Amino acid sequence: MTQRAPVAPHDDLVSTTTTSQEQQFPEESFLGAIKSFVEKTFTIVGLEARKISHDPTDVFTRAVQPALWLLIFGEVFSHVRAIPTGGRPYLDFMAPGILAQSVLFIAIFSGIAIIWERDLGIVHKFLASPTPRTALVLGKALAAGVRAMTQAVIVYLLALLLGVHMNWNPLNLLGVIIMIIMGAACFSTFSLIIACLVKTRERFMGIGQVLTMPLFFASNAIYPVAIMPIWLQVIAHSNPLSYEVDALRSLMLAGGASTTGLGWDYLILFVVTTVLVLIGAQLYPRVAY
Amino acid sequence: MEPSSPMIEVVDLVKRFGDHTAVDRVSFSVSHGEVFGLLGPNGAGKSTIIKILTTLLPPTDGRASVVGFDVTKQAMAVRRRIGYVPQALSADGSLTGFENLMVFARLYDLPRSTRDSKVREVLALMGLEDAAGKLVRTYSGGMIRRLEVGQAMLHQPQVLFLDEPTIGLDPVARKAVWDHLGQLRKQTGMTICLTTHYMEEADSLCDRIAILHLGHMMALGSPAELKAATGNAGASLDDVFTSFTGNTLETGGSYRDTARTRRTARRLS
Repeated sequence: MTQRAPVAPHDDLVSTTTTSQEQQFPEESFLGAIKSFVEKTFTIVGLEARKISHDPTDVFTRAVQPALWLLIFGEVFSHVRAIPTGGRPYLDFMAPGILAQSVLFIAIFSGIAIIWERDLGIVHKFLASPTPRTALVLGKALAAGVRAMTQAVIVYLLALLLGVHMNWNPLNLLGVIIMIIMGAACFSTFSLIIACLVKTRERFMGIGQVLTMPLFFASNAIYPVAIMPIWLQVIAHSNPLSYEVDALRSLMLAGGASTTGLGWDYLILFVVTTVLVLIGAQLYPRVAY
Repeated sequence: MEPSSPMIEVVDLVKRFGDHTAVDRVSFSVSHGEVFGLLGPNGAGKSTIIKILTTLLPPTDGRASVVGFDVTKQAMAVRRRIGYVPQALSADGSLTGFENLMVFARLYDLPRSTRDSKVREVLALMGLEDAAGKLVRTYSGGMIRRLEVGQAMLHQPQVLFLDEPTIGLDPVARKAVWDHLGQLRKQTGMTICLTTHYMEEADSLCDRIAILHLGHMMALGSPAELKAATGNAGASLDDVFTSFTGNTLETGGSYRDTARTRRTARRLS
């Protein structure tokens, strides 16, 4: 370590540096930018999805909550017959709601990972790379959708066991998958935004708990919006979960029909998710401050 | 970029968080192929400067450019030309070394056709060929550090930023990382900017050092120049630091910084 003078670069490296300067970067052409954006988004999805498959016990613990709701709450209310379900068994009415709920519960706490990643410097490393912020946020959102697929499998199995009248049309299944990905993306990005704003685990957990209940109960997940008082109906109608449940109810169940219209359901989820992803992309870099 | 123009240029840089001034009118420039060290205790402002230079944090005042590009107005151009190794160990333990590199090969837009060979090249450069297929979870701390330097090198950056590259490493691993950085710099002629609070590290690695204290730059020069400036022929860098700041290196450091250092150390053991 005696030599201190800057070392002259080797010839081969000089040439690689010049080529890298002349190289066209994807953001310089519109199509290139889009291709690079999509590729990077899926790089993030792949990375995040791999973390999920990591702990299989997780899948079982996550199966417990929907099972309890369907078995206990569902069985009891089936016998009470207090909720107008449009003539179908209460368990049938409830199953799509419970699927949406378990997706919501996973997604709404997913933002806490951002706080961990901030402490580990992972956020910094990704933000210092030429990756569009929107690709980072959208990648995480879609990965939450992949994660939510396990919940769909669990709820479908439970529904099958409990004799819920399901619709097995492949197109409907595809519709369910897309809606679950959108729902998970929507609420996980909402969660990411909260994490970006509160920045500590403790506050995040507190706010997460506070938000989950109103999101779930002020929706059509376990009873129709029509039985609510007007002020609550207004909230339920501005809750994206209601539209997710409406779509799931019409797609999952045999003879299911949508109250708001499937097109609206998808459109509303798409618009809300897009807006949240754009807001998230603005806020995400602040996590590194 | 002409080799004669500075690779990093910082002019009157100011960063305030509320009414706390983390960086107060700091100016320096780093020329091509130089290893530049930002030295100071926790809370001196060195991580803040690195964050500004790596486009993670907008400055409050003053300006900074890397490879001739402004860090706020031309952030994307800067990001393409720099490599960044954050302080904490950030490689993904659930992926293999190869996969960790592949993720960044994609994020840095390496052409599909050369990705595989480039990743293997970097693995060889970092001495990780044998461990390429193993989960990073099974790596030693020094290996993870090397892998992370590799992640930051895939796109042949012109400037490499390292934030406390050897924090939490045991002396043997620390020495190995130094040797690697020295070698890397010999092989590539890359400009390196690092932060450290180890005098020994600054002394053995850096061509020039900026001594920072509470957001101010107290001194700037080669280790030899700084030692000579104290008027004590046998001065160590510790003496240099005390003479310029009137303080020992041990002062400063928030609870969060300490907690982070400990966490890193734990992950390494």
